[in-house]
Amino acid sequence: MDVIIKNLGLLINATLVATPPLLLAGLGSCFSERSGVVNIGIEGMMTIGAFTGACVALFTGNGWFAFLCGGLAGAVFGLLHAIACIQFLADQTVAGTAINFLGPGLAIFLCKAMFDNSSDSPAIELSSKLPKMFNGVFEAGTFGYNVLGVYSVSYLVFIIAALCWFIFFKTKFGVYLRACGEHPEACDSIGINVYVVRYACVILSGFMAGLGGAFVTLATVSQFRPSVIVGQGFIAIAAVIFGKFNPKGVTFACLLFGFCTGVKSLVSAMNIISPNLISMIPYIVTIAALLLFVGKGTAPAANGRVYMRSK
Amino acid sequence: MSSKKVEALTAGLMSVLSIIIGFAVGAIFLMAAGLSPAVVYGKLVDSVFGKPKFLVWTLMYASPIMLTGLSVAFSFKTGVFNIGAEGQFVVGALTATFLGIALKLPAGIHAIVCMLGAAAAGFVWSMVVGIMKVKRGIHEVLSFIMFNWLAFYLSNYVVNLEYIHKEGGGEASKDVAETARILFPESMLKATDCTGGNWGILIAIVLAIVVWIVLEKTVLGYNLKAVGANRFAAEFGGIDANKSILTALGISGALSGLGGAVQILGIGGRLAQFAGQEGYGFEGISVALIGSSNPIGCIFSAFFYGAMKYGGTKLSLVKAPAEIVNIIMGCVVFVIAIQAIFKPGFKKLTRKTSKIQ
Repeated sequence: MDVIIKNLGLLINATLVATPPLLLAGLGSCFSERSGVVNIGIEGMMTIGAFTGACVALFTGNGWFAFLCGGLAGAVFGLLHAIACIQFLADQTVAGTAINFLGPGLAIFLCKAMFDNSSDSPAIELSSKLPKMFNGVFEAGTFGYNVLGVYSVSYLVFIIAALCWFIFFKTKFGVYLRACGEHPEACDSIGINVYVVRYACVILSGFMAGLGGAFVTLATVSQFRPSVIVGQGFIAIAAVIFGKFNPKGVTFACLLFGFCTGVKSLVSAMNIISPNLISMIPYIVTIAALLLFVGKGTAPAANGRVYMRSK
Repeated sequence: MSSKKVEALTAGLMSVLSIIIGFAVGAIFLMAAGLSPAVVYGKLVDSVFGKPKFLVWTLMYASPIMLTGLSVAFSFKTGVFNIGAEGQFVVGALTATFLGIALKLPAGIHAIVCMLGAAAAGFVWSMVVGIMKVKRGIHEVLSFIMFNWLAFYLSNYVVNLEYIHKEGGGEASKDVAETARILFPESMLKATDCTGGNWGILIAIVLAIVVWIVLEKTVLGYNLKAVGANRFAAEFGGIDANKSILTALGISGALSGLGGAVQILGIGGRLAQFAGQEGYGFEGISVALIGSSNPIGCIFSAFFYGAMKYGGTKLSLVKAPAEIVNIIMGCVVFVIAIQAIFKPGFKKLTRKTSKIQ
């Protein structure tokens, strides 16, 4: 029994570590996609957020401030994406692809320029990282320690998710943004400024992706390395499509990915099956779930379409 | 000039302009990092054009991404987005490696079998996604991303199998048989002084021309493009859109798979365990974009990207981060994305030239 409880604790712990970056990025992406702008550049935005977070933490020693700065760095790239897609009528996929080159390229370039030509930043001290909850309340290794003694952001993200759901379905802005993604012309005709709504959503998407990236360096990994994000941005995109572009669905999709990552780390510690095969679990589960339960995609009607206001 | 020629000229000018802007932005970052753009770009040019063998290496770097670029361009033309070129490349490389190790065949035939196997693997890998899209309406971008990672872990799993894994440690497979390699003959290798020189580049260029002919001059290409332009109009005109999408994805996957084979049978010789995604598929997206999704354009954009990749490997000699290449490429793609704002200017320019003629 004790073993089961302990393993369950470890599983929940691993899930709580793996979910936040995906969920933050995924929720942000919901805003962008639902307002009608495809954001395939999440990966790049997360990487620049991860680097900025690590960098600010190293220089200021303030974890929360660094977390915020990571978000802001992501927001800058969000702005870039917004200018391209909304102002300059860019093909959104192409602009996103560019962001995916620029983000990681710039992050590693700056890292090398700042830290003696090394692509890894120095390790971040514990005191400069994001804080854990219930410090010293639980004994290390117990169920309570594993479940509750995690980074406070791990729980905060779920509050943020609820907030996003609220904004989406209970506020005027939420109605506007969903309408802009379905029929921008109609929105314009009743006086909603499609450009402003979309700008806000895309920048927010970048901000949250940046936060997600910063969580990785400020909590999980404790330093910037070129491999910290690798793939998580794309997983977040997958979670958004899987979660039907809806904060609630995305939360469950991210939890599923996080849980599978948890199972992966737990099973690979047992050393029975090849870790490479175990790593496939999240992807196979997603495909199976899509085939069995989800069915037809429900992308917003105007998603990815350039909108030009008629003169 | 015919409107098609004007279009091609505009696209070409656009690519050149975006490359110039890319280098300009890169220079700003280099200066910000305290490096001299003149020195770094000088090194870049020198490491590509400095010696004949450098040029040969550049071509070798260009060949796999030319194939993934063609693959993505083909999918763009037919209205789907093959973001799964990465995965198809990996299963192609894996299949070529496996066949290269397992089979015993005469030289030449062995290589052809490996390449056909790789193309078939890429075809199937992409087709599964296509079937899920057509039959169950599952967004292809989502399943391609999943399949990229499945390919990644599958490859790492197979590389570590005892039968495939290199004897005596090392994070790679055994070497593929000499009979499966597509290297230049000994005399040519000596003449070019490039140990990795191989026929991959020729295969890629020939395929680029073939893809162009298929798209522009055949009924199949017409049908595929019609579905890409407007699915419903095409269906109304009697084209089976689902069949077209499947065909397009299959061909696109086969091209990427072949790219994987060219990499392994050419420069590589063995399949290394991946630490992160290798990026050939994603680089293919850029190649396709810079070549404005035109198969012939892809030849030139792959040359350019190959040169940047190869030149980038030498930048550490002048203490510059190789990532400057990614920044430049990112800017190039970004400018291509926002090219609509340059269009009015270009129209004036091309109209003038057509009047003169």
